[in-house]
Amino acid sequence: MSRDAALPDASALLEVRDLRKSYGDNVVLRDIDLTVQPHDVICLIGSSGSGKSTLLRCLNLLEEIDDGVISFAGREISDPRIDRREVRRHIGMVFQSYNLFPHLTVLDNCTLAPRRVHGVPKAEAEERARDLLARFGLADQAEKHPDRMSGGQQQRAALVRALCTRPTLLLLDEITAALDPELVGEVLTIVRELAEQGTTMILATHEMAFARDIATTVCFLDEGRILEHGPPAEILSSPREERTRRFLARVLPQT
Amino acid sequence: MIPEQTDGEDAWRPSSRELERRDVRRSLRRRSLAVATVATVVFFVAVWVVTVSSPGWPTVEATFFSGHDARAAMPSIWHAFWRYNVLLFLLGEALILVLAMVVALVRQSRTPLLLPLRIVAIVYTDLFRGIPTILLVFMLAFGMPALNLQGITNSLFFWGLVALVLSYGAYVAEVIRSGIESVHPSQIASADALGLTRFQAMRYVVVPQGVRRVIPPLLNDFVSLQKDTALVGAAGLFDAMFAARDYANFYFNFTPYTVVAGYFIVLTIPLARLTDHLQHRAMERERQGAR
Repeated sequence: MSRDAALPDASALLEVRDLRKSYGDNVVLRDIDLTVQPHDVICLIGSSGSGKSTLLRCLNLLEEIDDGVISFAGREISDPRIDRREVRRHIGMVFQSYNLFPHLTVLDNCTLAPRRVHGVPKAEAEERARDLLARFGLADQAEKHPDRMSGGQQQRAALVRALCTRPTLLLLDEITAALDPELVGEVLTIVRELAEQGTTMILATHEMAFARDIATTVCFLDEGRILEHGPPAEILSSPREERTRRFLARVLPQT
Repeated sequence: MIPEQTDGEDAWRPSSRELERRDVRRSLRRRSLAVATVATVVFFVAVWVVTVSSPGWPTVEATFFSGHDARAAMPSIWHAFWRYNVLLFLLGEALILVLAMVVALVRQSRTPLLLPLRIVAIVYTDLFRGIPTILLVFMLAFGMPALNLQGITNSLFFWGLVALVLSYGAYVAEVIRSGIESVHPSQIASADALGLTRFQAMRYVVVPQGVRRVIPPLLNDFVSLQKDTALVGAAGLFDAMFAARDYANFYFNFTPYTVVAGYFIVLTIPLARLTDHLQHRAMERERQGAR
């Protein structure tokens, strides 16, 4: 994270400069600067409505931005002439409400994009999906339809679906928000594993303890701005801004 | 289009990159508009040229598109169209919706007491969907008066209407039922959890969602019904189709049929646009990410 860097960082995987997003008169993101190096794990924290989800949606071009520049792997992807599908081949996203396709089995959910978008042969795509499902404790769920599984299982399946395309960057949008504490642990263990393997991730989360554990950088968002950012120890223990302190006082477990 | 920002504290000016980007977006939009325009014009001109340059066109034009005959036949067709077809279809649509909803709900119900009605509903849909509408029109329009029952009308209009309602009621009931069944069971569970009765759950939660999903096929059935009002003409009601046939047989010119087609189309299009609009509005209101 280097807000004052004048020159674009050549080694960065993702770089955001002065990003702005509004819906009509309602400005939801402003002056967003963010640099993500390979193997970084960026945690976005902040209250609901602070713009975390919108930021993630902007990054894989689900939302058209109103100003600023987003570069991915050295190429500006906020250019209107860019092929969005080509960009999304390399970015995985997991949604808060899973968004699995209910008419497909878990296995088919996981092999759809590899087969149809990436041209992976059926047998190979299925092998890859079964491997990942097994790793995430879902080996026996492959033939089930999503609606038949628990929330934690669905969210793990959604993670597997995103991983099956081998993305260079993974965006996770409050993926534990709809889960009960026990299931949260189930999902977070997997995210932690991914982080340890060096997967580059940006995640919006309300799990502060988790952010402290795995993040390389924590960004605190407030009213559409990144109010402050830095290593988790710094942001979560001795925040510079009063606003951050108040937020943390409310969400951190009292000791 | 992005509105200019005017709040003083956050005096945002679009960066030069953004301005450049807007130019690109504008030119991309202009390009797709140009492509759309050219494609449309070329397509329709081609269709027109092929039709008009075909060897038989003068004959077809004189038989089906004669301005003189159109003008001459129009008043009587117009009168018959309003008097019978439009009335049949307006009354029919209202009655069909009521009948179909009742049948669909009865088929859905699991109350033991309603079992006999469920059987009736199943037999009704199976039977009446299978009978060609025109046969039903003939059977009721000619058969009922022939029974010579006291206090039963001989009106062609009435029995034609009943035939259409019975026939389309069976179709529409199945469409509505498929909509009701497409609503996720968790919706019924949450209605149950709120203490709603089964009927209330249907009335306030399931049916509104289900019906909304089947509006396009429902519209399909209603457009089809509008056209099938002409079947009552086959049984002798002096509707638009009958009026056209009357003229065509007398003057050996088919233009009145084209006029009838025109009336039916004019009746259908506003309805189609209205339902599109309503659906789109509901989508935008209820679904994030809908465009």
